[in-house]
Amino acid sequence: MPVRVLSDRCTGCEACVAACPYGAIAVKDGVAVLLENCTHCGACAAECPAEAIEVEDVRAIAGAGPGAGADAGTASGFRGVWVFAEQRKGVPASVVYELLGEGRKLADDLGEELCAVLLGHNVGDAANELIAHGAEKVYVVDDPALADFQDEPYAQAMAELVEEHKPSILLLGATTIGRSLGPRVAARLRTGLTADCTGLAIDKEKRLLLQTRPAFGGNIMATILCPDRRPQMATVRHKVMKRAARDEARRGEIIRLVKDVLPPRATLVRVVEETQQMVNLAEADIIVSGGRGLGKAENFKIIEELAQVIGAAVGASRAAVDAGWIPYAHQVGQTGKTVCPKIYIACGISGAIQHLAGMGSSNIIVAINKDPGARIFNVATYGIVGDLFEVVPALTAELRKGACG
Amino acid sequence: MNVAVLIKQVPETTDVKISRETNTLMREGVASIINPFDMYAIEEALRIREQHGGKVTVITMGPPQAEEALRQALALGADDAVLLSDRAFAGADTLATSYTLARAIEKLGGFDLVICGKQAMDGDTAQVGPEVAENLDLPHVTYVRRIEELSPDHMRVQRMIEEGYEVIESPIPALITVVKEINEPRMPSIKRMLRAKKAAITSWTAADLGADESRIGLTGSPTRVIRVFTPEQRRAGEILEGETVQEKVRSLVAKLKETHLV
Repeated sequence: MPVRVLSDRCTGCEACVAACPYGAIAVKDGVAVLLENCTHCGACAAECPAEAIEVEDVRAIAGAGPGAGADAGTASGFRGVWVFAEQRKGVPASVVYELLGEGRKLADDLGEELCAVLLGHNVGDAANELIAHGAEKVYVVDDPALADFQDEPYAQAMAELVEEHKPSILLLGATTIGRSLGPRVAARLRTGLTADCTGLAIDKEKRLLLQTRPAFGGNIMATILCPDRRPQMATVRHKVMKRAARDEARRGEIIRLVKDVLPPRATLVRVVEETQQMVNLAEADIIVSGGRGLGKAENFKIIEELAQVIGAAVGASRAAVDAGWIPYAHQVGQTGKTVCPKIYIACGISGAIQHLAGMGSSNIIVAINKDPGARIFNVATYGIVGDLFEVVPALTAELRKGACG
Repeated sequence: MNVAVLIKQVPETTDVKISRETNTLMREGVASIINPFDMYAIEEALRIREQHGGKVTVITMGPPQAEEALRQALALGADDAVLLSDRAFAGADTLATSYTLARAIEKLGGFDLVICGKQAMDGDTAQVGPEVAENLDLPHVTYVRRIEELSPDHMRVQRMIEEGYEVIESPIPALITVVKEINEPRMPSIKRMLRAKKAAITSWTAADLGADESRIGLTGSPTRVIRVFTPEQRRAGEILEGETVQEKVRSLVAKLKETHLV
């Protein structure tokens, strides 16, 4: 059992009962008891004022299995930090450069090499870009069968590369591709995968990857380890890690490999790009979002105008999407997209917790709402209390003025 | 057309509030519900049955009280329900969970289609679906927003991506994970609710599944949660004051210009 109540220390204060997200802890006869539905997430231990709840110690776990000891990462011959260089039409996704930036730090902390894996067709130029952004080696599998992303051939090629070259860490972007491919590869290799990480670090003593991610819509953060199995796999959220600087002077090795890629069963027929989605929400530096306060579909025009002036993507709250004012693809929040732009401008959005879960890690949050008690103001860096139908057009005009001179 | 729907019981997290005093989740009276994304999976399965015939089987792994989620699914119209419950399953990460669910699907003889919600509301990992597919060696398609075509051996679906959507064809059996856009879930009928209350629910343990003990529960989970903490709460910033809207807006623009992004 990784979570244990030390009954002699427990004061029966019930802080753990309030902290448990599963309602899986109760106080009986003045002592906390874990119920059957306990998932051992450890949320209770973090909140116990009496330090009466113990979570199995990381060192005990790392010492328990194969590959244990001071050089757990290398004991079984797994070395190096790999980044999956997701690309469309030969252009790596922006998150790849963020992974290379973060991967560099991890590789340096381990004293191991940073490599990229590039799967695709006619993607030669991309390999040089990856080297310019810090990859020491780029493993390239160039095959017509890999021209477009498809789960099965990509999973096959990736799993075979891992088995042959044995990286210790494999990072993927938490994109629709990464979040589909990652679990397929992890299950094939029977290793651990941590989804949607926002923090990565190396435990230098154990040479293990510390993977931190939000859960419960961002209300809780968890740090996760994969002590024994390799590679340690993680998908990483967009816009959280610092992008690697480009340096054309960097030299690296391009290793071209040939794989006998099996044809996929689930095959891509075509990609339909939707024009409403002018800017990719996940990659946008600035997002302007509209909510219930807009009142009707036509009023999204003022949001779009502001977005256009500052090159922003258009987002929406669930209320606006449920009302049918804007397609679901624009929805930000727990049931929509999780975004992390530099600037998030919330217009007529009250700030329901499910919305905050999707945008709460934005660098700067601007709230425009006529209700001074709206919850969004609790998280806003800058707030304007006022009628959005006056404030937003005024803001658009002011910014447009700036843009022209 | 026989369809399996994999569901998860989760706390009703959208109601969770953070206590200002203790900075912890407040769970007073928070109910357990079917993971909201799984409601779309159940609905889609019911629509497939209505069009193509066959049966809808809901499967969940969880503590004994997860039976409640299965009864809710039966009340919506599912034909059969299977609960995978055993202390040995506790502490499973996505890999161990997917292995366990895959064994249950095999024991049930397989399905034409396996449907999952795109992710669970508590863990938000979106990993169990593709991992189940890999365990069963089925093709999978994530983020399905529409089933365009379904025949006894083939499907054509739309998969949501950042820029729009992809059209994907696949033979079935296959596994799909679905997004909210795919349908509008129905409400349970009173008649079905009453019937669901009394319905027999199959309950299987690790032994029933013939599961490899090294691949289930905490033992079968390569990942370990070593620390859980509440993130630093964002503090309220500055309310921009001004006599007029113009003044407030100018003050905001000045602040935004400091970022050099606008």
